[in-house]
Amino acid sequence: MLIVTLFVASFAIYAAMYLAPGNPIAALTGGRTPTPQAIQVLEERYHLNDPFLVRYVRWLGNALTGDLGVSIPLRSDVSTLIRQRIGTTVQLVAFASLIIVVVGIGLGVLGGLRRGIVDNVVIVLSTLSAAVPSFVASIILLSVFAVNLGWFPVLGGGDGFVDQVRHLTLPAFALAFSSIALVARITRASVREEMGREHVQTAISRGIPYRLIVRRHVMRNAAIPITTIVGITVASLFAASAVVERAFTLNGIGAYLIQAALSKDIAVVQGISLVIVAVFVVVNAIVDFLYATLDPRVSLGTSAS
Amino acid sequence: MSLVELPTTAVPPARRRLAGRGLPLLRGTGLVGHLCAIVLLGALLVAVFGAAIAPHDPDLTNLSFAFVGRFQDHYLGFDSQGRDLLSRLLAGARTSILGPLVVVLLSMLFGTVLAIATAWKGGRFDTIVSAALDVLFAFPAIVLAIIASVVIEPGLKAASLALSVAYTPYIARVLRSAALRERSRDYIAALEVQGLRAWVICVRHLGRNMLPIIVAQGTILFGYAMVDLAAISFLGLGVQPPQADWGVMVATGQSGVLQGYPMESLCAGLCIVVVVIAVNLLGERLSDRSTLVTR
Repeated sequence: MLIVTLFVASFAIYAAMYLAPGNPIAALTGGRTPTPQAIQVLEERYHLNDPFLVRYVRWLGNALTGDLGVSIPLRSDVSTLIRQRIGTTVQLVAFASLIIVVVGIGLGVLGGLRRGIVDNVVIVLSTLSAAVPSFVASIILLSVFAVNLGWFPVLGGGDGFVDQVRHLTLPAFALAFSSIALVARITRASVREEMGREHVQTAISRGIPYRLIVRRHVMRNAAIPITTIVGITVASLFAASAVVERAFTLNGIGAYLIQAALSKDIAVVQGISLVIVAVFVVVNAIVDFLYATLDPRVSLGTSAS
Repeated sequence: MSLVELPTTAVPPARRRLAGRGLPLLRGTGLVGHLCAIVLLGALLVAVFGAAIAPHDPDLTNLSFAFVGRFQDHYLGFDSQGRDLLSRLLAGARTSILGPLVVVLLSMLFGTVLAIATAWKGGRFDTIVSAALDVLFAFPAIVLAIIASVVIEPGLKAASLALSVAYTPYIARVLRSAALRERSRDYIAALEVQGLRAWVICVRHLGRNMLPIIVAQGTILFGYAMVDLAAISFLGLGVQPPQADWGVMVATGQSGVLQGYPMESLCAGLCIVVVVIAVNLLGERLSDRSTLVTR
């Protein structure tokens, strides 16, 4: 299923871009009128005259070996262009995921275990942060912490590990902001649900230490929906990071995708879209796999550990 | 976008009684639900009449007023181009609110039709459509919108269309299970025995009984659509400047943010946040209610 999805998705991406208006010859010659011979040479070099299916199969075959074609405006390898930038995106997504897991699950568990004020604060916070889109969060964080307080650099990526972390802190929080709410909410609901179960209530009444109950009986069962939501969220961050990268002018693949879309650099849009879709599908598949290992009931083949 | 069905929490008996039956749109959503509905109604009115009630021309630039604060009847001051900020916010409400509304209507239409059709027909048709929707799942809404901006052209039309398509599988999946539940009810079988045509049953009975959950899902979706559409406009691939739009204004205000004049970005951002909070709270309550009604 995974392979089929990726295959169909790649076809859809290629076909859509094939239909996109624009003339690659004009892009190559930069507006000058080329001689017929020049056109012929270019058409042959970029295989512009081959039938659609032939071009698609060639593109896909090359993509599988890591070659995503050539960016016509930049006359440069798409794979190289992506490789130069994907590090920033991966770091940003990893940093944001860490924040989402720590803060989101932390808040959710807190709200789930403690009724009353703590719980209400968690609910209000998550309602608020769920409604703040990443680009608005970017602007607010930029305005407060970078421009007014000057604690963090305004734009760019930075060099060296410490400097990079400093540069990525605000973008990572902006990216994580609304997802924290989602994770906190699911965590809270599932912790609350597990706390109300009979076996947990029995354990409490028998005087088993609270910490042990929470760790063994509540968290263990609540981990299943939490893993699912964290997985879905992390998978979607790769696409969402485009917005934050652009707001903070980070040099990642998301910002590059936008730039390529604005300048109609077809090969780059195809390449990055394929990468993002592939990451999304693969991460979702990993989540399904984790789901099965966490919950032995899901597949009978897995032994209960 | 990640649209997830929240685990339904147990509902106290008092609210169960409150939920009642029938259509009255807001019954059982409580005070918060009604307040949110008022906010949304206000937003909708501004979206329709905003450009007309704007005190100044939203597109009139006057560079000597750039970043000037509150001044005479310019209550929010001016943006980087010296345009009246309040007027731009009012005028920008149109695309910012009606755009997502179109997205919601389209994807609810696609999603509902697919959900009811697959639940009704079942079999191979169901398998094929579900497989196609699974592939569509692999495309994050933003990526689809970016592709659409290249294939069609950057603008509200391409972005709205792309988002409608991107949300369809989520809606279809949620509604399909609701439709399946409804399909197995006795009254449907009774109607079938009476010899009613399938589409009449689907539209007049099945669809009608699913209305609460359709409305709830649509409301929740509106929040996502608004955020995503504004994000696409922020990226420069949706509504095109100089047209006023909240997403565009957050982007054009960014230069002001870096110079210490964050008013434009923050006001536009705040408008988005307020509407999204109202719609999320209302959507949650409507969906709590709909799980009661359809159960």
